[in-house]
Amino acid sequence: MDQKLQITVSPHIRSSITTGGIMLDVVIALLPALAAAVWLFGARALYITAICVLACVLSELIFQLITKRTPSIGDLSAVVTGMLLAFNLPVSILEWQAIVGSVVAIVIVKQLFGGIGCNFANPAITARIVLLLSFSQSMTYWTKPAGFSSGDLISSATPLALAAQGTEKLPPLFDLAIGKHAGCMGETCALALLIGGVYLLIRRVITWHTPVAFIGTVFLISFFAGDFSLETALYQILSGGLMLGAFFMATDYATSPPTGWGKLLFGIGCGVITVAIRLWGTYPEGVSFAILIMNILTPYITKLCARKVFGAVRAEKVQKT
Amino acid sequence: MKRMKGVSVPHLKSTADSAPTYMTDLDIAIYPMTQHIGAPATPVRQKGDTVCVGTLLAKGTGTVSSPIYSGVSGTVEKIEEVLLSSGNYVPAVFIKPDGAMTPDPGLAPVQLTDTKSFVEAVRESGVVGLGGAGFPTGVKLDVGDPCRIQEIVINGAECEPYITSDTRTMLDRSQDILEGIHLLQKYLGAKKIIIGVEKNKPQCIRAMKQIAGSGGGVVVKELPSIYPQGAEKVLIYHTTGKVVPEGGLPIDVGVIVLNCTTLATIARYIRTGMPLVDKCVTVDGSAVANPQNVIVPIGATLQAVFDFCGGFKSQPGKVLYGGPMMGVSVPDLHMPVLKQTNALLALDVRDAAPVDATNCIRCGRCTNICPIGLAPVSIAVAYGSGSMEALQKVHANLCMECGCCSYVCPAKRPLVQQNKLAKAALAAWHKQKSKK
Ligand code: SF4
Ligand code: SF4
Repeated sequence: MDQKLQITVSPHIRSSITTGGIMLDVVIALLPALAAAVWLFGARALYITAICVLACVLSELIFQLITKRTPSIGDLSAVVTGMLLAFNLPVSILEWQAIVGSVVAIVIVKQLFGGIGCNFANPAITARIVLLLSFSQSMTYWTKPAGFSSGDLISSATPLALAAQGTEKLPPLFDLAIGKHAGCMGETCALALLIGGVYLLIRRVITWHTPVAFIGTVFLISFFAGDFSLETALYQILSGGLMLGAFFMATDYATSPPTGWGKLLFGIGCGVITVAIRLWGTYPEGVSFAILIMNILTPYITKLCARKVFGAVRAEKVQKT
Repeated sequence: MKRMKGVSVPHLKSTADSAPTYMTDLDIAIYPMTQHIGAPATPVRQKGDTVCVGTLLAKGTGTVSSPIYSGVSGTVEKIEEVLLSSGNYVPAVFIKPDGAMTPDPGLAPVQLTDTKSFVEAVRESGVVGLGGAGFPTGVKLDVGDPCRIQEIVINGAECEPYITSDTRTMLDRSQDILEGIHLLQKYLGAKKIIIGVEKNKPQCIRAMKQIAGSGGGVVVKELPSIYPQGAEKVLIYHTTGKVVPEGGLPIDVGVIVLNCTTLATIARYIRTGMPLVDKCVTVDGSAVANPQNVIVPIGATLQAVFDFCGGFKSQPGKVLYGGPMMGVSVPDLHMPVLKQTNALLALDVRDAAPVDATNCIRCGRCTNICPIGLAPVSIAVAYGSGSMEALQKVHANLCMECGCCSYVCPAKRPLVQQNKLAKAALAAWHKQKSKK
């Protein structure tokens, strides 16, 4: 017999979970929201998403080729980043601005820190914030969904902006849930995002801790701060990028704590900051900032919420024995 | 009580219904002097000596060691160094079998009088932890005052995929296990004996309940089918609720764990005088023509055992001693079946294809799944930093190398490999420190 037997360290079988498989699940989970975006904002939503995805994948590939790293675009994580970024942009964004955002997300936030898993902040969120600060005009030029008014895309205020102004004419809750209101193209349809989120939970790509803690916190604080009005609370959780943030961005592996307790704490932190910014800040929308701030706190939460080691004796004791 | 974590591995126990067949025809039998944890045994035979089944080949050296007996009858061909899967060369006794499998005429039932004589007999039986650990059982039972023993846990978990040799022991040799239990009660004063069996083996649970029903002080505990139930700390926790502290032994919390095959072999030795000379081995894997359980004389080469099972139906890419989660891969098939071998697996080239590790995506799966609560990612950081204090802080020493973390990792990181290196570095550091 040919004696070419492999020598490797155990274990000799591996589960079928792969990085690419997880990312594919996230892409699938984002499809309902993409469909909703096209329905609400027209074909341009698809066009912008395609640009972002392409720009993300290409910038990752080019960067890895230049720095002589093994190209890893096959793991689909750049596709996810591109989709998430696109969902966080208004549909009227200019093409080149979307490309700038993609390059920022992939090259600066992800690859310069060492690639997937090494970034400390969520690429899509950071890119959104960078774009918001650099091109605040086009980033806050909200268009009403096409199905809302007939014909051309026209400028409109987001429900949160309306609420902040104290305007009476808020869109009804049902419209809010299906996304018939102004906002970033992927964040308005709470229902589609919820479907995607449930898919991720079923596929065990994410756990319930972060989204439940995040959305629950926003709901509860809004409920109490809004004079115990159920409507206000529902309004707060259905608008802005909360669903998108809670299910897809705050659950990003590299930038959130690994353990259940850590995720709960992370989610609660995100919720508190979101409401604080929404109610008392100058920006009407706080999800992105909240997640970014919690990303930065993640290493501390991870330490704080580390699992208890079974039968561990404290370090000083071990050294004595 | 909170359950310890673990993973659901595929069971693949297709050989569970295969009652073992005896393998007797051997070309050569090889007995390395290290088949246990502790000092190598010292050979007592010379080239040309004739031996029978059960004849002493080598005696234990010092306290922690174990004697080795011949599994075949024949003549000593040579004593020569062989390479073990650990990468070490050790002397080995080679025996040319005569094919008769004559038992040693000197074998006789063992007379027991007290605890001391029982522990001594276990030492002499050559039995070591047959679940795979290989720690000399006689040393384990030598706890000084037997009153320290509050509970004896019999390990019938057999949590590794493929392996069914303990399953067969529980089904075919339940009388031996019962005899063993009586010995433990009589000579170690064991008040409480708990047999732990994974839920995925209902026939074994039934068989064990039957023997438990025949006398007091024995209970059967059904364990969840989640790997690794058979790991000592997990087993003790799930059967007794006790936590073995870091750096401590089970006996420190009043517990002794014995594998069910270990116990059955001890009982057979006391009854007949036949020491540990053969093993029920599960031969399985995608490259094996006829997967089955075989009673193999210790010393038979892997090649002979695979040939006995119809050879290979496809090119094997990897051959393992033991199960796929913790088993050791072997470089060639000239290596012998050892005392602690409970399975031989041959995975075909496709199953053995190496996996490429990619960047850790920090998904936390490894951290959340570790039965001990370790964070392999933190161990990686600490090991990378080279700081031994940091490694101690993340308790790298507590890793039991069960493989759950590597198994679930989507990036296919070699976490167990890293932890082994980290443990070795940490152990060396502690040793150096205590010398100073
Ligand atoms: S399971 Fe693998 S990818 Fe996930 S955190 Fe652990 S090492 Fe990283
Ligand atoms: S760190 Fe060690 S004990 Fe924990 S799962 Fe990995 S191999 Fe098992």
